[in-house]
Amino acid sequence: MAETSPTAEGRRRLAIRIDARVVAGGTIVAILLLTAIAAPLLAPHNPLDQDLLSAQLPPSWSAGGDPAHLFGTDSLGRDTLSRLIYASRIAVIVALVAATLACVIGSLLGLAAGFFRGAVDQIVSRLIDVWMSFPPVLLSIVLAAAVGAGLGSVILAIVVVDWTRFARVIRAETLLQGQLDYVAAAKVVGLTPTAVLTKEVVPNVLPLLATLLSVEMGIAVLVEAILSFVGLSVSTDTPTWGGMIAEGRQLINQTPWLLALPIGCIIVTVLGFNLLGDGLRASLDPVQRR
Amino acid sequence: MNAPVLEIADLHVALASASVPVPLLRGVSLTIAPGEVRGLVGESGAGKSMIGRSIFGLLPGGARITRGRILFDGADLAALADAERRDLLGSRIALVPQDPMTSLNPVKRIGDQIGVILRVKLKMARDAARARALELLAEVAIREPARVIDLYPHELSGGMRQRILIAMAFACTPRLVIADEPTTALDVTVQRQVLRLIHDLQHRHGAAVLFVTHNFGLVAKLCQSVTVLYAGRVVEDGATANVLASPREPYTQALLAATPRFDRPADALVPLDRSVTDTLLSDARAYDAAHAEAYR
Amino acid sequence: MSGALVSLRGLRVSLPNRAGKPLFGPAPLIEIVRGVDLDIARGGALGLVGESGSGKTTIGRTLVGLIKPSAGDYTYDGVDAGRMDEVAFRPLRSRIQMIFQDPQSSLNPRLTLGTTLVRPLAASGRLANDAARRRRAGELLQIVGLPVEFLSRYPHELSGGQRQRIGIARALALEPEFIVADEIVSGLDVSTQAQILLLLRRLRAEFHLTLMFISHDLSVVRALCDQVAVLSAGEIVEKGATEAVFASPQHPYTRELLESVPLPDVEAGWIMAGTVATV
Repeated sequence: MAETSPTAEGRRRLAIRIDARVVAGGTIVAILLLTAIAAPLLAPHNPLDQDLLSAQLPPSWSAGGDPAHLFGTDSLGRDTLSRLIYASRIAVIVALVAATLACVIGSLLGLAAGFFRGAVDQIVSRLIDVWMSFPPVLLSIVLAAAVGAGLGSVILAIVVVDWTRFARVIRAETLLQGQLDYVAAAKVVGLTPTAVLTKEVVPNVLPLLATLLSVEMGIAVLVEAILSFVGLSVSTDTPTWGGMIAEGRQLINQTPWLLALPIGCIIVTVLGFNLLGDGLRASLDPVQRR
Repeated sequence: MNAPVLEIADLHVALASASVPVPLLRGVSLTIAPGEVRGLVGESGAGKSMIGRSIFGLLPGGARITRGRILFDGADLAALADAERRDLLGSRIALVPQDPMTSLNPVKRIGDQIGVILRVKLKMARDAARARALELLAEVAIREPARVIDLYPHELSGGMRQRILIAMAFACTPRLVIADEPTTALDVTVQRQVLRLIHDLQHRHGAAVLFVTHNFGLVAKLCQSVTVLYAGRVVEDGATANVLASPREPYTQALLAATPRFDRPADALVPLDRSVTDTLLSDARAYDAAHAEAYR
Repeated sequence: MSGALVSLRGLRVSLPNRAGKPLFGPAPLIEIVRGVDLDIARGGALGLVGESGSGKTTIGRTLVGLIKPSAGDYTYDGVDAGRMDEVAFRPLRSRIQMIFQDPQSSLNPRLTLGTTLVRPLAASGRLANDAARRRRAGELLQIVGLPVEFLSRYPHELSGGQRQRIGIARALALEPEFIVADEIVSGLDVSTQAQILLLLRRLRAEFHLTLMFISHDLSVVRALCDQVAVLSAGEIVEKGATEAVFASPQHPYTRELLESVPLPDVEAGWIMAGTVATV
């Protein structure tokens, strides 16, 4: 029987297929990044400016609203929209820095443990076991107390807790891949063990890593919100979505928008990261593209 | 003359696609008499599994029977009510699947897996079903049925698992058993035993067998008749002895010449000439062009 | 025998049984290969035949340096290859290559075929630059009868037979003397199998290769190999010229194997002659 490729039609799409998730997620993330970078230009007011005469104004489209404050003001008269915009900076910094650091540390350890096995694996695995048995919130609080509150300690807390997630998953995947024949074949054609790991195994672990990283970015935003909700994040002057939720919660009947809007921002941000990560993985992975 | 157990008449199966339907089976006809063992030979993509799937109603997504009928003991399978067809499948028409590793439920004991067939299909009570399961295991030459019945699939070898699948297929005294490449994953000595088992059980229960394979050797040893398939069409069909001794069609001759034999020198092996399959392919395309309405 | 390219004497190989591994400490070892003596002459083709669990794949992987023997001698062209560590074995890699059984898992699914073929060339540092390596990769494709366009394709875009050809091309990349082929036609159709066998025969003649062909299929071994060794439970029970061994097998296991192979001849008594062992 003639040897025709079973998937001959349209398989050579080397360009990133325009995946709806990439578009949607990418748009959200792009808007988020732009907002964070251009905050001073976009925010109509200084987020720290208090104006007690204009306190607790509802959004401009409701009764009693002021067009100068599109989303209203909080109990100290600070413009909600400006605070939301400036708070995005914190979210972006935490998402990008904390998630990436956790990813890098965890993945390197996971890859080493899963590929080289033996003593390295024993040490890393026991480390993960012990580390993961610490309650994460407690660890974050201890760190904040030790290092002092602030963005640095938030990032540190996230990295210190979440690297184990990457390490464990990447280790498992590396173990799996290491048993496949293409790894043996690479050794037989003369690649050094390190080259086999970096050039052959890593490309097969990357799709998983991409998904984990995008999920982690969403988690980082959430964790920061939780920490600032309990007052363990940056100083109370700097606006954060979590801090705004804490404030909004106290006056939930009078100023519901102060609670709803930052929650909405968090949801959209996490969604954006997840969609983008999922879509990129599906588009870039040659195996999934079929 | 006995009515055939299985009669496939002019079966057309096509994959619905955006532009033009893709033909998978092009007017396949074959019959199996009661108690007959017929081999179905073809290479990958020839359509042999499509035939089995059509009988079981397990066509892949988008594929449909577009023309032709499948008659089981005279009854048109497509015309049966869903409940009636479900009743038949697994009891009167049984399947011995290909891969013993994945065809058994890994989290259920053997006894439970055989038991569920007996209780649902034959309405047996729990105790009676367990006793019958033990008998079935003994029938496929498992030495300690009482021990094996409580084991999980992963605790058994591939050969034992295949025996259990055979036991399950014959549990309800089927009229027709479709064996889908049941020995592909097995060692050659185990394969011989499995073939013998199929042969013995088939005789004992009077079942007809459709033995799907790409191996002419298995057909030669087990099957009285054989149908050769290529590109969804029947190329040749007849008594095994005749087809193997003097094949009429160039494709059959070429396949046999391309089959290595340990009792013949190395240079007896002749690979398939492209012209043989090219002719068959262009015939198939001509057929499609002339019978476009058969695929809608 | 001094003329042999590959020589095994009393080879024993044990592998860890991960299923029996305690929480701390190494996994217990199971002896898979139990004292094998074998010679492969330069330019010869030896078929290593056995059923699953016989140890044939383990022997193959030991010869290409993936597994270290636990005892015995493995001599390659007069050199004690069995006792070399990873670094010492590396120069031998350009001379000893392997074609793997499952073309699905032996090709990196996320690398293009061109990259897969260029890797051995880059690792050995033979060709000066990327362009030269790419050109050589294209040549390798043509040697195995595939179009040059396949360099930019991925494994999942190819059929099983085509993937197996890539495996052969990769094995040829470093211009080896000795190739171990591990069950390379097992999952293939008859027609594809015949093509691959003939391709291998042609390449063996053209490049003066020495082959070890591992298979459970005696008919396939007859088609390719002039010598055969029959393996059972880690030991060689019979060996010799393929034609002679198959025409008059001496060992009962060899006889049983031959009798169990269903040849495409109608033979009424064959199926009844096989006894069904209770298991």
